[in-house]
Amino acid sequence: MTGVYSGMPRWLLAVAAAGALFLIVPLTALVLRVDWSRFAELVTSDSSRAALLLSLQTSGTSTLLCVLFGVPMAYALARTRFRGQRVLRALVLLPLVLPPVVGGIALLYTFGRQGLLGESLRVLGVDIAFSTAAVVLAQTFVALPFLVLSLEGALRTAGTRYEAVAATLGAGPTTVLRRVSLPLVRPGIVSGAVLSFARALGEFGATLTFAGSLQGVTRTLPLEIYLQRETDPDAAVALSLVLVAVAVLVVAVAHRIHEGNAP
Amino acid sequence: MSLDFTAHVPARDFNVRFSLATGETVALMGPNGAGKSTLLSVLAGLLRPDCGSATLDGKTLYDDGEWLAPHTRGIVLLAQDALLFPHLSVLENVAFGPRCAGVPRSAARKEAHRWLREVDAADLAHRRPVSLSGGQAQRVAVARALAAEPALLLLDEPLAALDISVAPMVRRMLRRVLEGRSAIIVTHDIVDALLLADRVVIVDGGRIVEDGPTRLVLERPRSSFAAGLAGVNLMTGTTTRDGLRTPGGVQLAALQDRDLPAGEEAAAVFSPRAVAVHRLRPTGSPRNVLAVTITDLEQHGGRTTVRADHLSAEITTASAAELDLLPGAEVYFSVKSAEVEIYLR
Repeated sequence: MTGVYSGMPRWLLAVAAAGALFLIVPLTALVLRVDWSRFAELVTSDSSRAALLLSLQTSGTSTLLCVLFGVPMAYALARTRFRGQRVLRALVLLPLVLPPVVGGIALLYTFGRQGLLGESLRVLGVDIAFSTAAVVLAQTFVALPFLVLSLEGALRTAGTRYEAVAATLGAGPTTVLRRVSLPLVRPGIVSGAVLSFARALGEFGATLTFAGSLQGVTRTLPLEIYLQRETDPDAAVALSLVLVAVAVLVVAVAHRIHEGNAP
Repeated sequence: MSLDFTAHVPARDFNVRFSLATGETVALMGPNGAGKSTLLSVLAGLLRPDCGSATLDGKTLYDDGEWLAPHTRGIVLLAQDALLFPHLSVLENVAFGPRCAGVPRSAARKEAHRWLREVDAADLAHRRPVSLSGGQAQRVAVARALAAEPALLLLDEPLAALDISVAPMVRRMLRRVLEGRSAIIVTHDIVDALLLADRVVIVDGGRIVEDGPTRLVLERPRSSFAAGLAGVNLMTGTTTRDGLRTPGGVQLAALQDRDLPAGEEAAAVFSPRAVAVHRLRPTGSPRNVLAVTITDLEQHGGRTTVRADHLSAEITTASAAELDLLPGAEVYFSVKSAEVEIYLR
C-alpha cells in the first residue's frame, strides 16, 4: 500500500462502511449469544451429530454430482453454439434465483410418489421422496448452477487457442479435454465445487419441501437448527456457529485457490 | 506435389488455389486482412471452407462432403505466441505430439529431449512455460511442433511477437530446421521471406496476386503489395569481408558488428530514403556509389521516388527538380555503409 491517489469520494466510504456493518454485526450478535458453558454438550448431542454428519455426507455427494454433470454442461455451453442456447442457459441457471421452496415443490412433482417420474420409479422399486437421496437431489438442484456458471466463465476466459494447438499436434477431442481443457480450468472446477458445496450445505427450503425432516435420514444441519430454535434456542445458536465456522473455512479455501490461480 | 489446395469462403471473399512441392518452404505475404490466417486455419482444419479441396501427400484433407479432423491431418500450426501448455513442463509440452501419436512415455521424453537439443533449448527441459522468455518459449514451441513430425508445418508470424534482439537467433534456428521441410510461413518481414522461404505467395483481397521465387518477386514486384514490400532496396550476391559483391561486379560495403564469412550467398537491404542522388560521382565520405540509369520518376506529395531498374531512391521533390532528373538520365545513387544491412542466405 503506497499513497496512490484513489479519487474516491468520502461519502462513498461512509455508505460502504454502513453496508459492511450490516453484514458483520449480525454475525457478531450470534457469537455473543453463544452459551459457551454448554457449547460442547450442545453441538455433540445425538441429534446434532446426526445432523452434522448427514449434512456433510449429502453435501459431499451432491458436490460430486455437480462436478460430474456440471463440467460437461459448462463445456457444452462454452464451446458449442446452437439455436436456443441462450434460453437453455437461462433455464439452467434459473435455480440460482428461484426460491428454494419452489424448487422443492418442483422436485416433489417430478420424483414424488405422484410425480412425473416418481410413478415409473416406484414400479422399479425406487422411492426417492423423503429419503436421504431426496436430500442429495434437492441440494444438487440448487447447487449445480453455481458450478456451471463459474466453470463456463473459466472456460470462456481460457479460450480455445490451446485446444486448437493441441488438436493440430495430433490430439483427438477426448485427449484434448483430458490433457488440455480440464487441467487449464482446474482452479475453476475446484472453486465451482467449493461454491456448490457451500450452497448444498446451507440448503433448507427445497430439502424441507421435498425430503422432509427425519432425524438421521433427511434432517440436515439447517433443518436441525430451525427445529431446535423452537425448543432450545441455545442449541440453535451453537449449531449456527458450527455452520458459520464451516462457511468461513469454505470461503478461505476458495480464496486460497483463487489466489493460487492469480497470474 | 506434396500439397494441392483450393479454398473458397464467400463470406470472407476468399478464393485461393496453390500447391506446394515436398520439402518446399513458401512465404505467404499480404496486407492485414488479406486472408493469410484464414488460409492457415483452413489448412490446419480449424476452419471449414464452403467449397474447394485439398490433398496432402495424396491424403484428402477436405473435398465435397469430405472432412478430415485437425488431429488426423499431420499439419502443425505454430502461432505468433508460443502457446505452450502452462500446466505442463517444457519437456512434457514437447512430448505432447509423440504421446498423442501413441509413443510410450519414456520414448516420447527421449524424443522431446532430442528436439529440444535441435532448437538449442536442452537446458530448459524441466522449466515451466511461465518462467521462459519470449525467445525461449518460441524455441520450445518450434521443438514441440517438430516433435509431432508434421507432414506440413504452418507458421503464423512466428517472429512477430519477439524482441528484435532475439528474433535473429530464432530466425537462424528456424532456417536450420525448416531446411528441406514442407512449410508455409506467414510473415510481414521481407527478411523472413528472403531467409526462410524458397518461394513467395502474395495474397491480397482473398486472391493470390503473386507467386514465384522469393528473389524474383521481391526484385521485380508485379503487385502493389510486393512493390510496397520492395519499398526496400534489395541486392543479392556473395559476401566479401566488409560487404557484398553482386554477380554484376558491384561492390557494396556494409557496416557490420563483426566480419562476415566471405563467399557466402547473401542479400543486402537498404531503404530508398537512405539513398542520395547525384549528377556527378560523389567523392569524400565513405559511401557506396552505384552508377544507374533512371527508368522512372514518381512524385507523391513533397517526395519523389527515383527508380533505376529495381533500385529506388526517395528524395525531396525540390532536390529532384534541382537535379533536373528525367527518365534515361545517367546518375549516381549513393548510400552510407551504415545504412546497408547484410543478411546471409
